[in-house]
Amino acid sequence: MSVGTAAIERVGVDRADLARYLGWLGAGLGALAFFLTLPPVTARSPIVPLVVGGLGVVAGGISLREGAGRRLATLAISVGVLGILLGWLCTRSNVADLDQVFVWSALIAATLRAATPLTFAALGGILSERSGVVNIGLEGMLLMGAFFGFLGADKLEHWAWGIVCGVVAGAALALVHAFISIHLRADQIVSGFAANFLALGITGYFFIEVYTDQGTPGDVSSIPSLSIPWIRDLDFVGAAIGNLHILIWVAIVFVVLAHLLLFRTPAGLRLRSVGEHPKAADTLGLSVYGIRYVAVVLSGALAGLGGVYLSNGITHSFNENMSAGRGFIALAAVIFGRWRPYAAFAACLLFGFTEALALRLPGAYGEDQAWTTLFRALPYVVTLVVVAGVVGRSIPPAAVGRPYVKQ
Amino acid sequence: VTEGPTVSQPSSAPGPQAAGGAADGLARWHRAGGIVAPVLTAILAFLAGGLVVLATGHNPIEVYKGIWNGTGLAWFYQVGSHEVGIPFTDTTVWFPWDTVSRDAENLQQTLILTSTLILTGLAVAFAFRCGMFNIGGQGQYFAGAYVAIWIGSSFAGTNSFVHITFAIVAAALAGAAFAGIAGILKATVGAHEVITTIMLNFVALYTGLYLFSQGGPLQNKAQVFSPTSNEVLEGARLPVFWGDPLLQGLHIGLFVALAALVSFWIVINRTTLGYEVRAVGFNPEAARYGGISVARNYFLAMAIAGVFAGLAGAIDMLGWRFSIGFSDIQTASIGFVGIAVALLGRNTAVGVGLAALVFGALLNGTASRNIPPEAFDIPEQAGNLSLTIQALVLLFIGADILILYVWAKTGQRIGVGRRSAV
Repeated sequence: MSVGTAAIERVGVDRADLARYLGWLGAGLGALAFFLTLPPVTARSPIVPLVVGGLGVVAGGISLREGAGRRLATLAISVGVLGILLGWLCTRSNVADLDQVFVWSALIAATLRAATPLTFAALGGILSERSGVVNIGLEGMLLMGAFFGFLGADKLEHWAWGIVCGVVAGAALALVHAFISIHLRADQIVSGFAANFLALGITGYFFIEVYTDQGTPGDVSSIPSLSIPWIRDLDFVGAAIGNLHILIWVAIVFVVLAHLLLFRTPAGLRLRSVGEHPKAADTLGLSVYGIRYVAVVLSGALAGLGGVYLSNGITHSFNENMSAGRGFIALAAVIFGRWRPYAAFAACLLFGFTEALALRLPGAYGEDQAWTTLFRALPYVVTLVVVAGVVGRSIPPAAVGRPYVKQ
Repeated sequence: VTEGPTVSQPSSAPGPQAAGGAADGLARWHRAGGIVAPVLTAILAFLAGGLVVLATGHNPIEVYKGIWNGTGLAWFYQVGSHEVGIPFTDTTVWFPWDTVSRDAENLQQTLILTSTLILTGLAVAFAFRCGMFNIGGQGQYFAGAYVAIWIGSSFAGTNSFVHITFAIVAAALAGAAFAGIAGILKATVGAHEVITTIMLNFVALYTGLYLFSQGGPLQNKAQVFSPTSNEVLEGARLPVFWGDPLLQGLHIGLFVALAALVSFWIVINRTTLGYEVRAVGFNPEAARYGGISVARNYFLAMAIAGVFAGLAGAIDMLGWRFSIGFSDIQTASIGFVGIAVALLGRNTAVGVGLAALVFGALLNGTASRNIPPEAFDIPEQAGNLSLTIQALVLLFIGADILILYVWAKTGQRIGVGRRSAV
C-alpha cells in the first residue's frame, strides 16, 4: 500500500471509493484533453492534450491498481487515449476552420437533433426490456418509422399524418416481434434481428415501389420548429435551443413521463415486476403476456416516432437503411443508462454529441483529406468504448430475454 | 443484455435402441422434424414473400419463375449426352450434363455465392454454438477482404501458389483478429457481443471507405479519381475450374468453403475445443463449474468465427471480384445473409451447407440481370424481395416451435409418435 492511500485511509475515505473517484477523474481528464484544444480555449500545442490526457490514462492505471474494477479503468484509459488523439488532431487543424466547426451553440442544437431519434428508441428499449423482452429490433422499428413517417407526410400532405403513420408502422413491426417472442417463445434476439431484416426488406421494397429510383421529393411537409419568444433572441442560448423542432421537446417531455410512469405509478410497478419476476407477477393475477405485449408495442411506437424525426425532421428525405445502426446505439444507451430514462437520455446526448462531431469535424480540415472519413466512425467507436468500459457492470432486469410459460 | 441466445439444436442423439420399435419410430420422427421444420420454414417464407409481390400488383408466379430460371438449379435435371473437359487439361470425357449451357452459367454464379455464404454462415454458426450471436460477420468479411485485396494486388512476381496461400491465410487471420476484439470484450468485461459486433461492422465499413477513397492509402494508383482498390494481380487470382475465367466462372473457393464445412464439423463434434465450446453454449455456469474456462472459449469461438468470415472475404476478392470500391462496401450484405444461413441450417455443418445453397440460389436468382423485365419495372426490386424472404425465414425459424407443434400433432394423429413411448 502506498503512503498516499495510507494517509487517505486515516482521513476516512474508503479505498474502493478512492479508486472509483480516480477512475472517473481519469475519464474526465481524457474528455478535458479534447476540450482544451477546442474553441474558446483552442490550445495549439499538442503537448496540452498529451499531458492532460496522459494524466487521465495514469489516473485510470492507478485506479485499476487500487481495485476500481477493470471496466471503469478501461473506460478511463480509453477515454484518455481518445482525448489525446482527438485533441492532437484538433491542434493540427486551422484555427479559423475550427472556430467555424465549433460554434458551441450550433453544436448543442446539432447534438439535441442527433440525440432525439436515439432518445425515443432508447425509451422504447427501456419499456420493452423492463418488461422482460429484449428488443434488438429497435433498429428496424426506427427504419419503419422513418419510411412510413415520410410516406405519410408526403401522401397525406401533413407532417402530423406522417407521425401517425410512422408510429403505427413501428408499433406494427413491434407487434410481430412481440407475438413471436412472447406467444411463440422464440429466442428474442433472433426474432428481434429478424424484425430488423424485415424492416430493411419492406422499407426498401416500398421505397422503390413508390419513389422508383428517383429518391424522395423535396417538398414534403416536414416537422416544424418551435420558435420560443424571449429565448430565441438571447445571445448564446437562443442559437442553441431557441428554435428547435417540436419533436425534440416532445422527446425531453417523454423522458420525464417515462420516468414517472416506470417509478411512480402502479402500471410502472407492474411492468417492472413482470420483467423481474414474471412468476410472482402471474401469481398475483397480473397478465404477464398482456403487459409484455403493451410494453413491446409501445416501444415500437416510440422507436417509430424516433424514425419519423430522423427522416422527416433531420434529413427531410428517406434513404434505404438510413437508420444506420442508431437502434443499436440506442440499445447501448439503455444499458449505459442502467434501464433508467434520465441516465439513458444522458447517454443519448453523449452519443448525439459524437454524431454531431463526426459530421462537423471533417470540415475543419478542408474537403480533400481522405482520412477525415474516419471521423464518421466516431459514434460507433465511442459506443464501443462505452459498452466495454461501463456497460458490463450494469445489472439488467432479472427476467430479460427469458420467455415466460404461463402457469 | 442477456445470456447468449439458445436456438434449438437438432436432436442428434440416437433413440434408445433397446426400447424397441415404438421408440425407434419416435426418434426417427423427431429427427425428421429437425429437417421438416426448416423446409417448411423456407416454403412458408417464400409463400409470404409471394403475398407481398401480389399485394403490390405484380405477378408472383412470374417473379418466382424468373428467380428460378436465374438460379440455374434447373441444370441438374436436364440430363443428356454431353462432353466435359477435365479441369486444367485438354482431355474430354462423356458427361450426362451440359456444362456450357445458360443454366450452367447461372449455376456457376449460384455456387460462387454459395461458397461465400457457407463461410459467412459458419462464422455465425460457430459463435452460436458457443452461445454468442455474431452479427459482425460483415465487418469480419471486410477485414478479410481488405487484407486479401492488399496482398493480392501487391507483391508482383510471387509464385502463384505462395501468393494465394499467403493472401488467404492473412485474410483469415485479419478476420480472426477483428472478431477477436468482440471476443475479448465479451470474455473480459462482459460487453454484449451483439452491440460490439454491430459497432465493429461500422468501424470496418468506414475504415474501408477511408482506405479506398481518393487519396486513401490503398486506392487505385492507375485511376486516381475512382474510389476503388487496385486490381488483384493475375497470379493471385483463384483458378477457375468450371466456366470461362473471363466471364466469372466457378473458382476453387468452393473447395475452400467445403473444407471449412468439414473442419467445422470435426472441430465441433470431435475435438476438446468443440466440446468446450458447446458446453459453454449450452450453459456457461455449468461449464465453469466443470472446469472449463468460459472466457477463453468466448474468445476462441469468436476468433474462429472470424477466421470463417475472413476466408469468405478472401475467396470473394481473389475469386471473382478482384477489386473493391465505395459502392461495393456500402451495399455489401453477404455477412448478414450468413445469419439467415446459419439459423436456417440450425448451426450444423450439413445444415449450413444446404441453407447456403438455398440462399445462394435466392441471391443469384434475384440479381437484377436475372429478373424478367415484365416482372418488375425496376429490377433492383427483386433484391428487396429477397431481403424480405430472408427476414421471413428468420421470423419463421423463431416460430419453429409452432411448426414443430403442428408436426408433432400430425405425428400423433397418424400414430407414429406417442408421448408414452419416451
